[in-house]
Amino acid sequence: MGKLRLVPLWITYVFLYLPILVVVWMSFNAGRSPYVFEGFSLRWYGELAANDRLTEGLVNTLIVAAGTTVLSTVLGTLLAVGLARYTRSKLLDAVALMPAVLPDLVIAIGLLMVYSLVQFTLGLWSVIIAHSVFAMAFVTAVVRTRLSHADASLEEASRDLGAGAFRTFVRITLPQLAPGIVAGALLAFTLSIDEFAIAFFTAGNTQQTLPIVIYSMLKVGVKPEVNALATALLLVSFTAVIAGQRLTKLGESRAHD
Amino acid sequence: MLTIDRVSRRFGEVTALDEVSLEIGQGEFFALLGPSGCGKTTLLRILAGFETPDSGAVTLDGEDLLKLAPNRRPINLMFQSYALFPHMSVAKNIAYGLEQEKLGRQEIRRRVGEVLETVGLGELGERKPQQLSGGQRQRVALARAIVKRPRLLLLDEPLSALDKKVRADMQLELKRLQNEVGITFVVVTHDQEEAMSLADRIAVFSKGSVCQVDAPVALYERPKTRFVADFVGANNIFEDGPELLAVRPEKIRLDGGKLEGSVADVSFYGGTSHISVTVAGRAKPVLVAVQGASTVRQGEAVALGWDPGDAVPISE
Repeated sequence: MGKLRLVPLWITYVFLYLPILVVVWMSFNAGRSPYVFEGFSLRWYGELAANDRLTEGLVNTLIVAAGTTVLSTVLGTLLAVGLARYTRSKLLDAVALMPAVLPDLVIAIGLLMVYSLVQFTLGLWSVIIAHSVFAMAFVTAVVRTRLSHADASLEEASRDLGAGAFRTFVRITLPQLAPGIVAGALLAFTLSIDEFAIAFFTAGNTQQTLPIVIYSMLKVGVKPEVNALATALLLVSFTAVIAGQRLTKLGESRAHD
Repeated sequence: MLTIDRVSRRFGEVTALDEVSLEIGQGEFFALLGPSGCGKTTLLRILAGFETPDSGAVTLDGEDLLKLAPNRRPINLMFQSYALFPHMSVAKNIAYGLEQEKLGRQEIRRRVGEVLETVGLGELGERKPQQLSGGQRQRVALARAIVKRPRLLLLDEPLSALDKKVRADMQLELKRLQNEVGITFVVVTHDQEEAMSLADRIAVFSKGSVCQVDAPVALYERPKTRFVADFVGANNIFEDGPELLAVRPEKIRLDGGKLEGSVADVSFYGGTSHISVTVAGRAKPVLVAVQGASTVRQGEAVALGWDPGDAVPISE
């Protein structure tokens, strides 16, 4: 009886992870068929490394994701603190989180218009800024939640003991928020890495991110090296998530034990 | 030393403080006593600098306090929640305030060590606040506040988070410390026993105003208003024509008086017993306190009386 109750759980997990497992499995396929496994080989990883368009796309994507992570984490954290400590406006709160739920297309078209208005040359920078717009909303939401659980009297205590507003922020507020900030940064990183629509609109013709490269390859048929690429990306995301969780736990245990 | 002059603060419709004036002397242990929502905490936060009054003045040794930011005031606050920094050790918590004064590392270490000895936590400097008991945390909070040698120390409900036994110890400790360091203490509390046992003088607050400022004994023996008589210790209030009289439970005799009633309930507390007596025509029973075990039992008829000198006339 007890085991039966776990059945829905397993079904859900299979549903979630079967496609991923298939991709990982097929990336080691020796043959060219997408359906039949013809023996173990690292052949497609070799082809991937030799494919300049894909590797260049991967590098571009990692640069964009890193830039987005830094920019959106800094801005999102500041926004969250500002909202929590210096305003009582529910409207401002809602507006800050809006880009997270707006359709990507709206952001993409809007940004493209702004860029052409100010004659900003499209390139990796334009993608980083565009990704930061929506990733920032996620960072703000995560940090804001953490802040609402943080004890405001700690900041008052810091002021009372003679620290100014800036020192209080650096030495008391930030350490309190660290787990939320790490979680937000991670979210920003993973959101940026596979984002297509916004990047498609705001990337220049010469420096394209990986999702765009893959999409353009789809038109001429998928080659199994895409499986190898997906597996590599999976590894990056997993590492990021696990590292983030570790850091968060570390912060939590330091704050609570 | 500390002069509070006609300070008012409103929050929307609510008047938290209404023209409050107080004079607190150097080295005094002063208590702000009142029920929750009476404005005492607002006043404390104004003194610390986290709240600004709508009108009125606050000066410390003649210097205008209100124009100073909280981090520039020679005042420290011990928070009700203690507000210890969870990511720092006990020693780091205490050193934090000294680091802001740009003192040398040697000097800071020496003073942290000294103050840890003073509060009896010499061995615990490297612990995190989460690894301490409630009583120990409070000592850290106290150490962190007094190590700055403020001219005025504010304490927000300092004993409320402690259990009864630790509370009694801490009470003595606070008095000893206050004597030792000679800092002026202002404590905010809703607990009249805490205020009476700690303070040299008490200001009783009600609805944003000060009702009475007196030494504990005077406050207990000569309350001026019905609110003070009722709030500070148990009391019986009798209407004698237009006059109101307050008689403490321990001043009432159970025999030979003119007020007849019957014993409704007896509770034994060890050193004393409390007897509540229902009297015809009175909504509230009369409370009588006697030494040791009660001599009367439930249901017995008694005749209550008191010396005229023990009946204190009070105003509404």
